[in-house]
Amino acid sequence: MSCSDQTGLDAELLAFGRQSGPTVRAVHDQFHGDLLEVSMGPQHPSTHGVFRMVATLDGEQIVKLKPVFGYLHRNHEKIAENTTYLGSMPYTDRLDYLCSMTTNWAYALAVEKLSGQAVPDRAQYLRIIMGELTRLVNHSCLVGFLFNDLGTSFTPLLYAFREREKILDLFESLSGSRMMCNYQRFGGCRVDPSPAWLAAARALVDNFPRFLDEYERMLTGNEIMLARTQGVGRLDPAHAVNAGLTGPVLRASGVDYDIRKVDGYGFYPRFDFRVPLGAHGDTYDRYMMRILEMRESVKILQQAFKDLPAGPIMDPKAKIRGFRPKPGEAYGRIEGPKGELGFYLISDGSPNPYRYRVRPPSLINLTLLEEMCLGHTIADSVVILGSIDIVLGEVDR
Amino acid sequence: MLGTGILKGLLVTAKNFTGSYHDPKRMVTVEYPEQKTVLPENYRNFPFLVSESADDPMGTLRCVACQICEKECPPQCIIIEKSKDKKPDAAGKQQFYPAIFSIDTSVCMSCQICVEVCPFDSIKMDKVFEIAATDRFQDLLLTRDRLAKSNSYYHQIHPEEAAEVDGRLAAERKIAEEKAKAAAAAKAAAAKPAASVNPASAPAAPAPKTPPPAA
Repeated sequence: MSCSDQTGLDAELLAFGRQSGPTVRAVHDQFHGDLLEVSMGPQHPSTHGVFRMVATLDGEQIVKLKPVFGYLHRNHEKIAENTTYLGSMPYTDRLDYLCSMTTNWAYALAVEKLSGQAVPDRAQYLRIIMGELTRLVNHSCLVGFLFNDLGTSFTPLLYAFREREKILDLFESLSGSRMMCNYQRFGGCRVDPSPAWLAAARALVDNFPRFLDEYERMLTGNEIMLARTQGVGRLDPAHAVNAGLTGPVLRASGVDYDIRKVDGYGFYPRFDFRVPLGAHGDTYDRYMMRILEMRESVKILQQAFKDLPAGPIMDPKAKIRGFRPKPGEAYGRIEGPKGELGFYLISDGSPNPYRYRVRPPSLINLTLLEEMCLGHTIADSVVILGSIDIVLGEVDR
Repeated sequence: MLGTGILKGLLVTAKNFTGSYHDPKRMVTVEYPEQKTVLPENYRNFPFLVSESADDPMGTLRCVACQICEKECPPQCIIIEKSKDKKPDAAGKQQFYPAIFSIDTSVCMSCQICVEVCPFDSIKMDKVFEIAATDRFQDLLLTRDRLAKSNSYYHQIHPEEAAEVDGRLAAERKIAEEKAKAAAAAKAAAAKPAASVNPASAPAAPAPKTPPPAA
């Protein structure tokens, strides 16, 4: 390719990072010279779903990375604007299909704010139990997938899935479905757990730190893992705050921002727990953040099981059929396992929301993928993507 | 020392590997078609229609074709057509019945909202999950005759929930019967004095004779 042909160069520059074309092709850049553009995905096993990265390489280093998504777009927000308030509840299960309990909770919280609906104490405790169990599900999944991306070929993933499956069995016996729980309602929860269920959940939670110890013994001190993750994908706090990142990715950079503490929604102010913070903002910190958060979740769960009050799980004034909140708007947000998960609703007094908007943590955390990947190799970009923790159902909606 | 972390990790793997042969905690999978796990009571898959008797499931459907579930179903997978005539239900009351009741299971997302909104306890969640079919239009569109299942089947798959529903329905029926009895008694009591008194001087009689209000 000749550099002297100016119009040819412009054409090449315009085509830089284009949306379709061959998987690997040569491109030319004014500043870097001859580069190689690699399109990874959308059917790549390490992209965690139908996600595509167009990475431009100088030698082995990434000089430009363009995330391409929208392959799983299902028109979630518009569907919700054409369904009743209750009718969108099962659709929120499908947003972040790994943690449907927390997505349900965020939506229920927004609608309760909109309609001024009270929630009984027992339901508040049950929500915290379900939310923290979901955090265990999500984070154990994440560390498993992260090691799969590192090339540990399924062993840690299946150990993590073994534990996750125990929690999903609990969810199934309570709500009827492993992943699409559809458990929260406006003004409470749908099913009251039996004493046997609570005993099983308590036993599971008490045994969970043992799994974490085993997992850490297996991998946290592993020299290959340390070499692959420490110093990889650094993110400085200023950048993270500017981009609106939330959740463990933000806290790994050392920013103390947890909505459970900041906003104090639900009954979280009654609980004694700490927010782990990272120091370097690299992939290793993001991994450790998940492990430490799981340990804190276990603490929260133990307190919740101890203090769980008796009583009704649904507010008697709550309406199932013919629910019409008065005109107004509300934003309900919770600290989901992936970050700030919010629902913004505008009501015009009709049975359907006038506007329904989701603030998905996965999508917003994904915006800094390029910053983290610059200067690293393709193999590292896979690990960095894994450490951000995305679910494409939520990114594309 | 470099490499100790890896060795420690391999020790854990070895423990799990040997444990997978004898330790029940580490034997977590089942050989599916031969072995099956017990489904939990609350498990849900696709809806079915409850009918009172197993001998005549189509004639004794609890559904009165009120079409609430059709309206509330989020993916709109229920198709109902109301009957023209009425049939007596379990309590002997004349009710409509669904002439057509179909659920498109290729659309249904098993969310259970139809069950929650049904005021007659006539639609419930089934537990059958082995539903592979070769034709996606005929076989996955469950029509009325394939949806109708008896109350005893419901008791079999959700014993606790079915007992609760039956108790509630029986209580409601009892209240309704008592109300009907009380109403009949009141009617009889009202009819007696009316019959004994001369109709011309009865206070109820002048009502139709009053002139209509001026327009």
